[in-house]
Amino acid sequence: MKAAVITFPGSNCDRDLAVAIERVTGHAPTKIWHKDHELPKGLDFIGVPGGFSFGDYLRSGAIAARSPIMEAVKSFVENGGYAIGICNGFQVLTEAGLLPGVLMRNDHERFVCKSVALEVATTSSAFTKEYTNEQRVDIPVAHHDGNYRCDDETLARLQGEDRVAFRYTENINGSVDNIAGILSENRRVLGMMPHPERAVEKAVFGEDGKALFTGLFAA
Amino acid sequence: MKVEIKVALKQGVLDPEAQAIEGALKRLGYENVEKVVRSKSFFLDIDEETEEAARAQAEKVADALLANTVIERYSVAIVTG
Repeated sequence: MKAAVITFPGSNCDRDLAVAIERVTGHAPTKIWHKDHELPKGLDFIGVPGGFSFGDYLRSGAIAARSPIMEAVKSFVENGGYAIGICNGFQVLTEAGLLPGVLMRNDHERFVCKSVALEVATTSSAFTKEYTNEQRVDIPVAHHDGNYRCDDETLARLQGEDRVAFRYTENINGSVDNIAGILSENRRVLGMMPHPERAVEKAVFGEDGKALFTGLFAA
Repeated sequence: MKVEIKVALKQGVLDPEAQAIEGALKRLGYENVEKVVRSKSFFLDIDEETEEAARAQAEKVADALLANTVIERYSVAIVTG
């Protein structure tokens, strides 16, 4: 599986994501600059990393979502490519319209930075198939704008179509239905606020994030 | 042509920042302040001759970038003087 990771000005988890992928696949993903217009030929997976792209100006992820590379990402996803947006990457994917809803300011107004317990809400995706249903996993979060919101109709669709991938076991930011991560309609795009790429090493936050990458790249 | 694009959260969307400001005002003793609503204003110079054209362009700009219409509403006004 051929992977690439995008870097925007202000991305700070692009390297972590690349390292996590390389550990699982044995191949370093291609690094893509936000001003590029094309993705590598034959690409299977694109990673949109965490960080503070464009300083969170205007709205988190808003300016990155209109970067030149995002047109290529949109057509890549429309053609069935796999994509993950983590933290700021999740915000970018919602701003780009590739995932529904928005990530608003945490309801308690504080930045939250700690390892949290998540529940795997569906195993029916390449990202989550190596977990078990309702499995509890510890994954770190670090965000100020992680309060997932969408209209009632969208929420009902996400629930009805089994598209909630992860839920917080304790609501840490105000997200509706404790949503920590969601899947696209074709289940090939995952957006999540917690950082699985930061949980692939026993000594640092444990290894609960690893199965996401092994599941995906064994697909 | 100068236009102002005002962007605010749609009614019913919770705004924790506005709530925090409201709480601070109450703590400062402004107890009769009952509600705070935040909005952002963008002032654009648009190279168009008519108000209609400037307004239409401002609306495109708002939809393309300045507002996330999932949670935000916007209004456009021509700035005179």
